[in-house]
Amino acid sequence: MIGALLAVVRRDLLLAMRQRGDVANVLLFFVIVVTMVPLGVGPDRDMLRLIAPGVVWVAALLSAILSLGRLFALDYADGTLEQIMLSGQPLSLAVLGKIAAHWLMTGAPITALSVVLAMMFDMAAAPSATLVASLLLGTPSLSLIGAVGAALTLGLRGAGVLVTLLVLPLYVPVLIFGAGAVDASAGGVSPGAHLMLLGGLSLAAAALAPWAIGAALRVSVE
Amino acid sequence: MHWASWQDFWAMGGSGRYVWGAYGLVALALATEVMMLRARVRRAREMARRTSDWSKKETQ
Amino acid sequence: MQTQAIRPLKFGLHRFAAPPEFYRLAGRLIPWFGSAAALLAAAALYLGFFVAPTDFQQGEVYRIIFIHVPAAWMAMFIYAVMAFWAGFGMAFNTRMSSMWACAMAPTGALMAFLALWTGALWGRPTWGAYWAWDGRMTSTLILLFLYIGFMALHGAIDDPRRADRAAGVLALVGVVNLPIIYFSVQWWNSLHQGASVSLTRAPSMAVTMLEAMFVMTLAFWMYSIAASLARARAILLEREKRSSWVQAVAQG
Repeated sequence: MIGALLAVVRRDLLLAMRQRGDVANVLLFFVIVVTMVPLGVGPDRDMLRLIAPGVVWVAALLSAILSLGRLFALDYADGTLEQIMLSGQPLSLAVLGKIAAHWLMTGAPITALSVVLAMMFDMAAAPSATLVASLLLGTPSLSLIGAVGAALTLGLRGAGVLVTLLVLPLYVPVLIFGAGAVDASAGGVSPGAHLMLLGGLSLAAAALAPWAIGAALRVSVE
Repeated sequence: MHWASWQDFWAMGGSGRYVWGAYGLVALALATEVMMLRARVRRAREMARRTSDWSKKETQ
Repeated sequence: MQTQAIRPLKFGLHRFAAPPEFYRLAGRLIPWFGSAAALLAAAALYLGFFVAPTDFQQGEVYRIIFIHVPAAWMAMFIYAVMAFWAGFGMAFNTRMSSMWACAMAPTGALMAFLALWTGALWGRPTWGAYWAWDGRMTSTLILLFLYIGFMALHGAIDDPRRADRAAGVLALVGVVNLPIIYFSVQWWNSLHQGASVSLTRAPSMAVTMLEAMFVMTLAFWMYSIAASLARARAILLEREKRSSWVQAVAQG
């Protein structure tokens, strides 16, 4: 079973690496959006330090949603998705594998990039570390919940914007606890509770989302 | 009843426009919904009637 | 025209899972629910304006809660019911259940919308701001987005059956998330507000105020059922316009 899971992950990673541009674009988007905010609100360091957690997190949400277009659509277009669904393998497994690969290509790099962004906003050491930790714990939720939206909107015209509309409200708890953790850290309070909640949300999503995604895929691929 | 006069009732202690604005909005919204639904059912029936007329014409 | 094997239920209720029966039943029920709504609303208005006393802190403007709170409750309640019927439809593969969920959505969205606006009109004279990002109002706004997402997804899919089922999955995902969203937004708000007062806390309620609110909630509930039944009829006519029973209805 692990073998099948790893096979799916390896395949998706391979395909993503062949189109490295797509992956890089999402990360560029992440950085550019974050850069836009100081240009909009001014370079006052104290204010930027205050808003940094929210800005980075919102940018992470938007980048996650942007990257969802690649999750199922390519396989759906060339019929591979249907093959996966018809093969004897449990659909949840394939879904988890694809999401894991997706996270490795988006959530993980975003988490890594946040170190640099924390410096751009002149964040202190503790909040910076918490930012990285919060993204590490929270981005899996973004991939999992986002995948539900991606599965529901497969093949629809205007799917890109529609997915945003569907998925952003569901992202709110992750955003609140993620940015809240960093805020707590910046205020000298321990972010332990927030981080645990974030982790809990990711675990719950990992447990429940595959069901919803499978149901959504079966609805969309008929 | 504790309104000294109708004036007092409409004034609502100075915040009449907020209170009546709110109630007016709700009444307007619900009335609009009812009207739109009525129109929708009517239109659907009309479409169905036309569909049956067309299919009758085809079989003639 | 496909027919589905309908599992027999007690009292023969299962026959209302068939469109023509549902259409007829809905048509008979709407006037009853509509009248109930009107009567209950009249009673609630009487209680709210002529029985409930002036509030010690907020004066007369608090009377907006007699429509604000019922609207907010109905918005939440309808979403939960919507999700239930969507789930039921998916589990038992009944067309009418999913369609009924879709019929309720616009009314629920309207309730959320009204809750937000009446809340704003209450907030301005009472606490100085139309909108203050407090926990309950922000959660209601997100609920409105969930409704809109549901309707947008449904509208984006051409095939009605696929649309019903996709929106159904979304509603189920939404209803599971809703408590988490409410909790996190409450928490977010308390964190950033510090020690200040909760902005949408109702005045400490006299019994008569609670009565008026309760009766109005019932009125909104009856109204929502009537509106949903009417919309369900319209949807049925639109979707099944080629079938013989609709043609019979259209002619007769």
